[in-house]
Amino acid sequence: MKLRLAFSRKGKTDPGREPVIARVVKETGVLINVEKANIDSMAGEVLIDVPDRDADLVRRCLEEMGVTVRAMENAVIRDEEECVDCGACISVCPQEVFSFDAEWRLCVSAERCVLCGKCIQACPHGALSQQG
Amino acid sequence: MEKSLDLINARIRDGSARVVTAEEMPGIVDELGEEGALAEVDVVTTGTFGAMCSTGAFFNFGHADPPIRMERVWLNDVEAYAGIAAVDAYLGATQEAESKDDLYGGAHVLEELVAGGTVELRATSHGTDCYPRRSITTELLLDDMNQAVMVNPRNAFQCYNAASNAADRTLNTYMGTLLPRCGNVSYSGAGTLSPLANDPGFRVIGSGVPIFLAGGEGMIVGEGTQHSAGGGFGNLMVSGDMKQMRQEFLRAAVMNGYGVTMYVGVGIPIPVLDTGIVRSTAVRDEDILTDIIDFGTPRRDRPSLAKVSYADLKSGSVEIGGETVRTSSLSSYRRARAVAQELKGWIEAGKMELALPTRRIDPAKRVRAMRETAVTPRVRDIMNRQVINITEDEEVRVAAKRLLKDEMNHLPVLDRNGALVGIITTYDVSKAVVTDGRLRQVKDIMTRNVIKTTPDEPVDVAAQKLEQNNISALPVVDAANRVVGILSAIDLGKLFGGRRRR
Repeated sequence: MKLRLAFSRKGKTDPGREPVIARVVKETGVLINVEKANIDSMAGEVLIDVPDRDADLVRRCLEEMGVTVRAMENAVIRDEEECVDCGACISVCPQEVFSFDAEWRLCVSAERCVLCGKCIQACPHGALSQQG
Repeated sequence: MEKSLDLINARIRDGSARVVTAEEMPGIVDELGEEGALAEVDVVTTGTFGAMCSTGAFFNFGHADPPIRMERVWLNDVEAYAGIAAVDAYLGATQEAESKDDLYGGAHVLEELVAGGTVELRATSHGTDCYPRRSITTELLLDDMNQAVMVNPRNAFQCYNAASNAADRTLNTYMGTLLPRCGNVSYSGAGTLSPLANDPGFRVIGSGVPIFLAGGEGMIVGEGTQHSAGGGFGNLMVSGDMKQMRQEFLRAAVMNGYGVTMYVGVGIPIPVLDTGIVRSTAVRDEDILTDIIDFGTPRRDRPSLAKVSYADLKSGSVEIGGETVRTSSLSSYRRARAVAQELKGWIEAGKMELALPTRRIDPAKRVRAMRETAVTPRVRDIMNRQVINITEDEEVRVAAKRLLKDEMNHLPVLDRNGALVGIITTYDVSKAVVTDGRLRQVKDIMTRNVIKTTPDEPVDVAAQKLEQNNISALPVVDAANRVVGILSAIDLGKLFGGRRRR
């Protein structure tokens, strides 16, 4: 499951000043895959992937450290009215989120999405959007 | 064995015609053989649904009171071509709105109309005795138009080059997003279902043939613009009544960084008349080959990176230079199937009968590249076409007046037949005045050895003549030595700032 972490780096005691990911890995023993990180002087946002069964444990641990955690369930949203099943999104996605089924219907595996946004720009029909 | 179109139409009328889609046909031919398939199948339906920029519609809005002769027309702020009769206009799919922030164009207006929405018509005119009104704004539904005739100059390409990008940056093209260093391949076309791939010899696809166009009944006008069937890139000009169309098969789209386009569903029914048609409709994805073109080369003639079949492209990945590259389509195969299926339903229900072409389309024609004139500008591009002349027998005083009136410094001199025989300048006239008026006529003071140029001469050469002869203008003459213009040093300034004629 993908978790989107947000933390402040303003104060000396803010979680953004601490090695939070490393600490969670050490304390829980869960292997965390960092898929995207955007950290500047004031705040940070990190997208991590963890095994589904460990998601609650990791979440609790992070929240104790002051990190805001949100589970990404439908990271990319497909508007079925607009989508014409062309497939322009398929090859631009680095995560292989999109595929065709046997009937050439577009399938979306949103759980793989790392919010890069490439598909949203590539969609000729404006059918794709990102969860807020 | 051969089958007549009359027999097929009789079967359509009595509901006994066997209609299959082009996707089903190869399997039937494998099972029954060519003769067996000919006996079994009466009609093969094809279909494609993809981006077709060359799409648009003619509208007749009806006359207002007082009436207006529309000179400029906008539909939802998208300009339509109004250089036709008073209340007619042609709206092209790729024309973009003048003020909208998001990309919005003719395709969106066409889709809106088909979906039953209102659009705002705005028109202006200079007003005439018969059409006094100068402007109008009104809201229209598709039903309010007398005619809404879709005429698409170039639809349903036989096949299309696939696209990749060997350059180092992402490209946004009409073939979609192309990732750098051949990161992906984009293709378009329905392969086995593609209408023209099922009749590449244009035996039964031609002018007057009834088709499925965006959910309504349409017909083939003839060869499309840029038709190049000899090279495998045939296409069709098609037409249909927009009032029958459905949004499902007519969708506006925006290619990121490129612009507005329109997805159109086109399907053509093919009557199975003989084994030749059985063979051509048995075409499979494996048989339809296309090149993967490198869009990283920004030229007309782009190199091919690989030759692949539609089966390869549809498999999800292809090999380029030993590496596996993922593919994705711009056209929708699912909706192409829906087109072929619906067309099949129409014919089974006796809703559409078939017709043979009233005029054949050339299967060997090839498109030519544009004839480009030299890249370097020519004298005709910048010369002054309003030339003031004088004849050699005129008095110097007349020449002086003419030079003053037009604020010119050079006056080409013509003989009685209109041919160039000399040139005089303000300097020549001043000199004549100083010499006590003994020299009365133009021919007495003119320079007979005229340095001149021609419309075709490169500007660079003409400029050199000016400089080398220390003069400031050259008469421009045609082959008969008639003056067609004058090139002065001032005109050279037109080369800067884009003011030269194109």
